[in-house]
Amino acid sequence: MIKLEGGFVKNLGKVYSIYTLGFLGFVILMAILEWSGVSNTMIGWLFVAFTVLIYALIGVLSRTMDTGQYYVAGREVPAVYNGMATAADWMSGASFIAMAGGIYLKGYPYMAFLVGWTGGYVLVASLIAPYLRKFGCYTVPDFIGTRYGGNLARFCAVFILVIASFTYVTAQINGTGTVASRALQIPFEVGVWIGLSGILFCSMLGGMRAVTWTQVAQYIVLIVAYLIPVFWMSNKLGYGLIPHLAQFDAVARVQELEAALGVKQLMPTAEAQAAAGKLSALKVGINDASSSAMAKWKFFTLVLCMMAGTASLPHVLMRYFTTSSVKAARQSVGFSLLFICLLYLTAPALATFTKLSLLDPNVATSIIGKSISSVNSLEWIQQWSNVGFLKVIDGNNDGILQINEFFMRGDIVVLATPEMAGLPYVISGLVAAGGLAAAMSTADGLLLAIANALSHDLYYKIIDPKANTKTRLIVARVLLLVIGIAGAFVASLKLTSILGAVAWAFCFANSGLFFPLILGVWWKRANRAGAIAGMIGGFGSGALYLYMVQFAGMEPWIGIDGLRFGMIGMPVSLILMVVVSLMTEEPDKATQDMVDQIRVAKGKPLLDNEH
Amino acid sequence: MSNKYDGHWARTKSLTTITLVVWFFFGFAVHWFGDSLNSSSFPGAYYMAGQGSQIAFALLVFWFASRQNKIDEEFGFQEDEEK
Repeated sequence: MIKLEGGFVKNLGKVYSIYTLGFLGFVILMAILEWSGVSNTMIGWLFVAFTVLIYALIGVLSRTMDTGQYYVAGREVPAVYNGMATAADWMSGASFIAMAGGIYLKGYPYMAFLVGWTGGYVLVASLIAPYLRKFGCYTVPDFIGTRYGGNLARFCAVFILVIASFTYVTAQINGTGTVASRALQIPFEVGVWIGLSGILFCSMLGGMRAVTWTQVAQYIVLIVAYLIPVFWMSNKLGYGLIPHLAQFDAVARVQELEAALGVKQLMPTAEAQAAAGKLSALKVGINDASSSAMAKWKFFTLVLCMMAGTASLPHVLMRYFTTSSVKAARQSVGFSLLFICLLYLTAPALATFTKLSLLDPNVATSIIGKSISSVNSLEWIQQWSNVGFLKVIDGNNDGILQINEFFMRGDIVVLATPEMAGLPYVISGLVAAGGLAAAMSTADGLLLAIANALSHDLYYKIIDPKANTKTRLIVARVLLLVIGIAGAFVASLKLTSILGAVAWAFCFANSGLFFPLILGVWWKRANRAGAIAGMIGGFGSGALYLYMVQFAGMEPWIGIDGLRFGMIGMPVSLILMVVVSLMTEEPDKATQDMVDQIRVAKGKPLLDNEH
Repeated sequence: MSNKYDGHWARTKSLTTITLVVWFFFGFAVHWFGDSLNSSSFPGAYYMAGQGSQIAFALLVFWFASRQNKIDEEFGFQEDEEK
């Protein structure tokens, strides 16, 4: 098996080229089936079944009973492929399904997510990832526990990791449920459990190794599914071949239209909004960069929270433990960002072109300014209002659809684009497969991060240090199953929206882990007492603030709402960590030497594969 | 050995500082003035948040990686080849 694996890693280019061609061939086959009269539901089923089967197959083929393979994929993943796997790991249901819709509905302020979720990788590359790779840890708490010493520090890190990642994973399982239920026409709850079984198949048998190679496969599916409709729309609307270049003319046109149609002036009536519930009308322009200091501050703080969260979320950091060297880890961050940007650069273009195809009276698909009855007779309007994703309410009873009378959920910008723009159903099936790939790949990484921290750090390092390899790996798998089921159960309760849960996860992670991780590398004087105080104080204050703002009705301080509570947790964590470290004894010589060693690439990792 | 180590770490620190300054510029400073970037001929705020900053970050990370590798080689702290 080891020999085969060597052969596999050397032949990655060939394997994934054949896979990509095979997938494109499958899409063409589906197009032929659609043309020859196969039903839409059948095509949806085939897309989901085919892709999930491939992922599960990769998962089964990558099974392993070796701890190095299970926890860090044998540390032999090339930088480029780790970049693709990280991109899939990173881009969740929120990026794929909700991002473009967020830009559509909330305009420029929402683009802070784009800046934060890409800029965070500069911190990952320059401050953290290469040093943790040199350290040789299996998990993020493994670094905290060894650098600062003691079970309490390790336990705090495990605790924060579990809370942050679990919040995030429920949102992903929720995403798989949403996509599966739409594509397969089944109830949401059933979709959640189908999604979960696919996720577990990918990760149970082969751990990090299986998840790595599935994530590469999922990245290919999701990026193809995201790009094709946007390229198609850009060309169909006549703005040019490459949407990324063509979008700026389109933005100018959208701004004209928004002014003409009264965006920001025409607000929905109170009755209409009450009838629309959580659905939202368009109230913000695509490019309204406000000059108010508060708006600038909110952009600033959201960017900062998302960046620091990126640099402290364990499921991302642990991807860089799988590269073959420190040098490869650094380059791999660059490739991750490159692959992520392929999608993130496309999201604003998608939002803009969707706006154009709905708003521009010169475009055949536009609906604003048309008569209510003709809009209501459109097939996609009927389908998506049946499932509660959009609503047309004639607020002023004039029989014409105004901008403040069309209510929607942001998600439909991605999910319904093919139908809105009048593309064949095969594209809808493709988008569903892409959304599923995005949510599943992130869920895989998160579940593994939680299960690994619990099995390696809590069970093996704290509870039973004498456990043998076999027991450890069995414990890891049982935990994976239990956490997966718990996640699916919470997801089926639908407590928060996808995006709310995602932003919380980032703030939990940066409140508790950002400074203990960074100062562990960059400040030798940081010691155990300081790290523990920083973790407990930062996480505790952030969580308390979130509770006060979100559930206890407290007025947010200077615009720091529930999406940005890291702005409270992070400074508390930093101050406590510095003050407590300075008040207590400096770390011993061995620890300081350890920090010296992780600062240079040369030499053996500090923890070996049997640790 | 100690001297060589300190020299390497000093260079690493200054590279990291430069990287973070560029990062701060594209992550925060530019967007603070987003409203002034918009003109009637070009949506500057939209451009920087939707494209400009992201491209700058990607280039910055690749540049950082290659500079850091050069520093490692200069001081003989690069990893052994067979790894």
